[in-house]
Amino acid sequence: MIKVRELHKSFGDLEVLKGIDADVKEKEVVCVIGPSGSGKSTFLRCLNMLEDITSGEVIIDGDNLTDPKVNINKLRSRVGMVFQHFNLFPHMTVQENVTLGPMKVKEVKKEVANNMALELLAKVGLSDKANVYPGSLSGGQKQRVAIARALAMNPKVMLFDEPTSALDPELVGGVLEAMKDLAKEGMTMVVVTHEMGFAREMGDRVIFMDEGKIMEEGSPEQIFDNPQNPRTQDFLRMVL
Amino acid sequence: MLDFISPHISGTLPFIYRGLQLTIFITFAGFFFGFIIGALTGLMRLSNNKIIYGIATVYIELVRGTPILVQALFLYFGISDVVGINFSAVTAGIIAISINAGAYIAEIVRGGVESIDKGQREAGRSIGLSSSQTMRYIIWPQAFRRMIPPLGNQFIISLKDTSIFAIISLNEVTYLMRQYVSTTASPFVPYIMLCLAYLVITIPAMVILRRVERKLDV
Repeated sequence: MIKVRELHKSFGDLEVLKGIDADVKEKEVVCVIGPSGSGKSTFLRCLNMLEDITSGEVIIDGDNLTDPKVNINKLRSRVGMVFQHFNLFPHMTVQENVTLGPMKVKEVKKEVANNMALELLAKVGLSDKANVYPGSLSGGQKQRVAIARALAMNPKVMLFDEPTSALDPELVGGVLEAMKDLAKEGMTMVVVTHEMGFAREMGDRVIFMDEGKIMEEGSPEQIFDNPQNPRTQDFLRMVL
Repeated sequence: MLDFISPHISGTLPFIYRGLQLTIFITFAGFFFGFIIGALTGLMRLSNNKIIYGIATVYIELVRGTPILVQALFLYFGISDVVGINFSAVTAGIIAISINAGAYIAEIVRGGVESIDKGQREAGRSIGLSSSQTMRYIIWPQAFRRMIPPLGNQFIISLKDTSIFAIISLNEVTYLMRQYVSTTASPFVPYIMLCLAYLVITIPAMVILRRVERKLDV
């Protein structure tokens, strides 16, 4: 589903990604962990071209992102993204947040989009919030709306950029539940996270990144119980 | 005492009534075109294209760096002399306000758009919206709310700026009042009346503006 080859990304003189090779299979849940500044968020953002790729290849669902002929808007609509700070549209109701993409990108009719939005909101446990503005929601509720908004485009892959890092601890659970439901339904997911519990429980594979490189990857058991790389060992000692 | 004041009050009222109509018309027309110019050049200032950015910057700096009085003189006397097109004073006034307000509005627009968190753009792009759709449905509606207070201020400034068109014999309220004074040779009361004429518009405008601001704050 996702194939990354020799991905490099620089901001000016600063090289943030120093050659990443990774593959994500269909229905696989891959969790990316690592210290801050390791490049894991940048890596994720390269997967839907929110960052320009300096060099290398990213192929998603058969389309090469760096190919100028690829319609990046079309491609992005197949890749859902959930942000650390939710980035809901504050001037639109919850339902309008969810229906905007389908209506403007896929030209879905309003009634159809509205019904779909209500279904998705029910799925993330927010049926009663359809007509309120995001400003009146808690962080956890906002993030669940953001998940519904991304799902409304019926994406093939969902990218999560530290989805629970900005949440109060008691609100993390609801968001993780929504993500677990998605994983169980067979959604292909790439999750940059600090939630080691989630990575261990739901990850089919865990990637440990540091200094712009993938230092180690393997099953959650391999990474958490028997890490080989000393960097991984150090990192896990600090966070667990 | 009353004899000294009251004839000028009743005497100036028809002038104020007539002059204010043109003052208001020129302000609205000028502000309308100024907003279009300002929105366009403000967005051009946000462009990554150096030429587009450059054109907008030159326009904005030229206009903001010269007095509106000089701009009006140049438009009305200068351009018509060379090109041979004779603008009416009203046309020249509307153009001058448009061009002048446009430059300030451009900076209001740029500031408003830049004040929107970049996560909003990213969220729009990530659901597949194009760059222009993201601007239209996500960035602009939010930015426009933030532009309303400074736009209101600019509107009041433009209204007051129309008074300088007295110099090109435009029949707005200041010009008419000067005419009145030159025939009666008693400037005190008529000019107080002129101030009041402007305040009758600007004070309610400011009150409405403040109310809108408070509403947008919530």
